[in-house]
Amino acid sequence: MVPITTLHYLVVAAALFVLGTIGVLTRRNVVIILMSIELILNAVNLNLVAFSRLYGLHGQVFAVFVITDAAAEAAVGLGILIAFFRNKETVNMDEVDLLKW
Amino acid sequence: MFFLTHIWIIPLLPAFGAAAMFFFGRKLSKPAVSAICVGTTVLAFAMAVGAVLQYVPWEHANNGAPFEKVMYTWLGSGTGHLTYLTHNGTPAEFKADAGFLLDPLSAIWLLFVTGVGMLIHIYSVGYMAHEGGYYRFFGYMNLFMFSMLTLILGNNYPMLFVGWEGVGLCSYLLIGFFFHRPSASAAANKAFIVNRIGDAGFLMGMFTIVWYFGSFQFTTVTHLARSGQFAVGDPVITMAALLLFVGACGKSAQLPLYVWLPDAMEGPTPVSALIHAATMVTAGVYMVCRSNALFVLAPEAMKVVAIVGALTAIFAASIGLVQNDIKRVLAYSTISQLGYMFLALGVGAFAAGVFHVFTHAFFKALLFLGAGSVIHAMSGEQDMRNMGDLAKRIPITHWTMFFATLAIAGIPGFAGFFSKDEILWQSWAKDSSAYHVLWIMGWVTAAMTALYMFRLMYLTFHGRPRMEHEVEHHIHESPRSMTVPLIILAFFSIFAGYLGLPHSLGGSDRFGEFLKPVFAPEAQVLAQQAPAQLAAGEAQAEHTSGTEYTLMFLSVAVAFGGWGLAWKFYRHADRGYVEPIAAVAPPAYQLLLNKYYVDEGYDYLFTGRRKLGPVRLGAMGLGEATSDFDKYVIDGAVNGAGWSTRALGTLSRLWDTYIIDGVLVNGPAVVSKVVSYPVRLLQWGLVQWYALVMVAGLLGFVAYYAWR
Repeated sequence: MVPITTLHYLVVAAALFVLGTIGVLTRRNVVIILMSIELILNAVNLNLVAFSRLYGLHGQVFAVFVITDAAAEAAVGLGILIAFFRNKETVNMDEVDLLKW
Repeated sequence: MFFLTHIWIIPLLPAFGAAAMFFFGRKLSKPAVSAICVGTTVLAFAMAVGAVLQYVPWEHANNGAPFEKVMYTWLGSGTGHLTYLTHNGTPAEFKADAGFLLDPLSAIWLLFVTGVGMLIHIYSVGYMAHEGGYYRFFGYMNLFMFSMLTLILGNNYPMLFVGWEGVGLCSYLLIGFFFHRPSASAAANKAFIVNRIGDAGFLMGMFTIVWYFGSFQFTTVTHLARSGQFAVGDPVITMAALLLFVGACGKSAQLPLYVWLPDAMEGPTPVSALIHAATMVTAGVYMVCRSNALFVLAPEAMKVVAIVGALTAIFAASIGLVQNDIKRVLAYSTISQLGYMFLALGVGAFAAGVFHVFTHAFFKALLFLGAGSVIHAMSGEQDMRNMGDLAKRIPITHWTMFFATLAIAGIPGFAGFFSKDEILWQSWAKDSSAYHVLWIMGWVTAAMTALYMFRLMYLTFHGRPRMEHEVEHHIHESPRSMTVPLIILAFFSIFAGYLGLPHSLGGSDRFGEFLKPVFAPEAQVLAQQAPAQLAAGEAQAEHTSGTEYTLMFLSVAVAFGGWGLAWKFYRHADRGYVEPIAAVAPPAYQLLLNKYYVDEGYDYLFTGRRKLGPVRLGAMGLGEATSDFDKYVIDGAVNGAGWSTRALGTLSRLWDTYIIDGVLVNGPAVVSKVVSYPVRLLQWGLVQWYALVMVAGLLGFVAYYAWR
């Protein structure tokens, strides 16, 4: 059994990050995009936690912050989404182009 | 000395009467109005007599000095604040006192103005009894007396001027007394405006004097003029004298400003007698006499005065020959007699001129009052063609007027004979023979005077009655308040001349002697002039008393000649009688009847009431010209300014729209819009694409740093 090293964690985290990024860029549904952003954040959390094995507990503390932040972000993002849906009756990202010039 | 030191009360008495009429006249009854206004003139006359009686011994005690009484400083503060520079650069104070001057000259005027004025006031009580505006009439009359007394008693030119304007105002008010009659108000305006022309001259003369002599005061100016500092013929003094004479021409109705006097007959007859015959119109003579020291220094001005006087005399007398309105005949007669007076002044015979003023005041006032009595009897008729045969019906009027006619015609023994003869003699006796022409003019005038006066008498009182039956029925002698003044004036018309009985007739010329303190130094200057003119080669006629008798005989002869002609032509005048001049020379008759068309000429030249061809001259022409100037030049400039402002505004708007807004404001906007367009395309609004670009960029950076 190969011992699980920090590298493994990093690979998993990188994989999660890439998955999240691809999800953000490719999916049309805003809910899925929000979930993908959660993936990216959790990839970061994984990194923080992994590195805390080497460098002390600071990383775990940061991970808690990020989780808090993610919760807040999900709340705000879903709020915006509901408001948007009320106006446009859609949650498709390619139909949201109100921010152009 | 009471009357002399309180001489200021004399003008204030009628001023009080005028003020009373002004404030309470409406509420007073006719007897109360008469009592106040006649009373003030009677008191004024009494005080005037008292003042003169006290002045004569005072004058003897003071070597013929004039009596001056200064009440207070009227113009100028007396503190030297109002100083100016006279012609030679010395500072003088601009100052006039409310001061009174009594010397023989003003004493004579004072006596006959108050005396005749009083009689005319008494006469007016009867004459105006049935007219409206009774209190107004007497208020104006009293105001006139006040102004006239200020004029003759003032001791400086501004005081004289105030009186001068005051009498002008009263003249205006009284000529226009029947103001509901358009002709009366037009006549009043004419008198006022024509007098203003003269007054302009007077004012300029007055200020020339104050500039040249540094004083307004008569005594100071006279003293300086006689001091020998100023040469005879001094141009400034000549100018001042001529300007003063322009004023005199206006007030005393001389050519060419006489035109107002005949029209002034629109006023009530007592007004014509008081203002336009006896007193006011002699103010010009008074003013020239008052300035005699200046006129003597200006021989050229004297010549002008003499020539204007002689021309006026003969000119007005010739018009008087054919006029039909009884008052107009007397008006032209007055102008003519005033011409005599100026002729006298012009030849240096000041005393003779004043003497004629004095006698004329009586007989001309009498003639006018008599004419008023005739008009009264004739129920307002003034045209002599509709009179005749009144002698028996109004005998007192007839006889008093007859004596006045004898006096004015120069019949020996009556007042006018002495004064007129003195003038004629003095104009002949003047050293240069050129003056004989003036004598001839005066002599012809004397003949005309006799003719038109006896024409008036015969047409009015003799011949066949030519009036309407209705009018004839009403003829009655005037009430006593009118006849008594007539009788008193008739007395003076007969005897006033004996005051100045000349030496050649065994008299002592007491009138001339009385005036000597005023005029004596002039006699010296004039006498000094004579040798100078002799040196210039002018011949001097030898005058003996034989010449004087001859001339006297000639003027008496023409007086009787005129009487005789009138007797011949008008004695039996009936309805439709023909004027002898009209029978002999109709054009001449028309010319005279239309008063030489002078009024029409003035209308063409000065008033502009008539157009000269297409052009309008004179005042109305000036008005039209200024109206056109206003309409085309001023309004044109205004409209031009408006138009150019509007054009400029349009230009400015276009500039603003196209240059400022178009280029400067919108220009940068357009530029930035064009420039920003490609940049704008980058913002297409799809967040995922932005994120993709971010990731691509991130990967790019990572790749760059990884493989560097």
